[in-house]
Amino acid sequence: MDLLGFGDLLLSGTWVTIKLALTSLLFGLLFGLLGAAAKLSPIKPLRMLATLYTTLIRGIPELLLVLTIYFGGSMVLMAIAEQFGYTEYIEISAFAAGVAALSIAFGAYATEVFRAAIQAIPKGQWESAQALGMTPLKTFFRIILPQVWRLALPGLGNLFQVLLKDTALVSVVGLNDLMRQAYVATGSTKQPFTFYMAAALIYLGLTVLSTLTTTWLERTADPAARGGAA
Amino acid sequence: MTETKTALELIDIHKSFGSLEVLKGVSLSAGDGEVISILGSSGSGKSTLLRCINLLERPSQGKIRVSGEELEMKADKNGDLRAVNARQLERMRSRIGFVFQNFNLWPHKSIVENIIEAPTQVLGLPKDKAYARAEALLDRVGLLEKRDAYPANLSGGQQQRIAIARALAMEPQVLLFDEPTSALDPELVNEVLAVMRSLAEEGRTMLIVTHEMRFAREVSSQVVFLHQGQIEESGPPEDVFDRPKSQRVRDFMASHA
Repeated sequence: MDLLGFGDLLLSGTWVTIKLALTSLLFGLLFGLLGAAAKLSPIKPLRMLATLYTTLIRGIPELLLVLTIYFGGSMVLMAIAEQFGYTEYIEISAFAAGVAALSIAFGAYATEVFRAAIQAIPKGQWESAQALGMTPLKTFFRIILPQVWRLALPGLGNLFQVLLKDTALVSVVGLNDLMRQAYVATGSTKQPFTFYMAAALIYLGLTVLSTLTTTWLERTADPAARGGAA
Repeated sequence: MTETKTALELIDIHKSFGSLEVLKGVSLSAGDGEVISILGSSGSGKSTLLRCINLLERPSQGKIRVSGEELEMKADKNGDLRAVNARQLERMRSRIGFVFQNFNLWPHKSIVENIIEAPTQVLGLPKDKAYARAEALLDRVGLLEKRDAYPANLSGGQQQRIAIARALAMEPQVLLFDEPTSALDPELVNEVLAVMRSLAEEGRTMLIVTHEMRFAREVSSQVVFLHQGQIEESGPPEDVFDRPKSQRVRDFMASHA
């Protein structure tokens, strides 16, 4: 495949895509864990808040979320800044807006994955820890969460693959990710097939890599398969 | 008569699930070193009673004392009692060993990690001491060579022996056994009973909910027979097994002979 000197551009776009995906994953996992904890909390307002979050976010297209945060976010920031006497134009970075939108979306779906995984841990696992005098917090972090992780991995791996491709949405607000660079290269060379094909192959490659990583993580998370046999 | 110290005292324990009253006022007292077996048909409330002692199940009414210390409880809006002070509950739980029917070992931790978890996390025991204690206990239940195995690699009988070792690692004042052999294949029952018998012989205070009649008769100092949430009959095993006063207990013994 002759990339007509645009290879470096695609490579830099790929790097932005990877950074965007991994940063969003990190925050998304955090939102998902908090969301699941809130949904399972005995405190009713927290449960309602979490339900509002997942219903709202899962109910709107991600593109809409990206646009809202990018354009709406700078308006909100400017309104706040005006209160402090700052009247210049403020622009949110496309990367930050992308991370915000994608991690909020990922978190909403991950909330359900984590919630299901936490509920799938047998009650006896909590009981045996509490019967020994462990606090609920220690029980959750030391006994339950490590087991949740193993159950949630397949679902989270799935969500990450969706996230990886949703990063392309952020190109509409001007982030120089893989999608946008392919578009730029196409614009100047008039060879859409070459560059969209190249981008497709790179996305595919990243997806295969994430599948392999998930499989490896699943294996290391299973103590019986880790060679723990005596 | 020498006065033995009371290790565990239950006073008028009630428990309702909705409108169903499972325990209708059970009082029980275990002196230091006593082994009490709790018998009864299924649904008699014996497991619920045991789970009420460390508040795995919240009683609706009653008092619980461990070595004279009373657990402070107050009613919540559902009418069940809850501990006033979480610290006190955790401290009292750490002094009551509980052995579950389904073992409930933690599958992501190795055997030795299962045993040192609570001593290090709850009692603050230094790791090297906790390991030494764990190894001594593993040796005692005959499973030292499984130190680094994971629960999934062990048979049910082995898992239950580990669960007993895990409870012992807290050096509890009372041990509660909730049908410890009911989930086991018949050929694995004896290895668990042997461990429990040795604990009884060294003078541990134990409450055992069990269907193993012969075992209960051999190790118990007192047998309590529950029926529909109340104590139908209690006394030394010779009396309850051989000369039961209640027709119900006679029928039960006849069908479990």
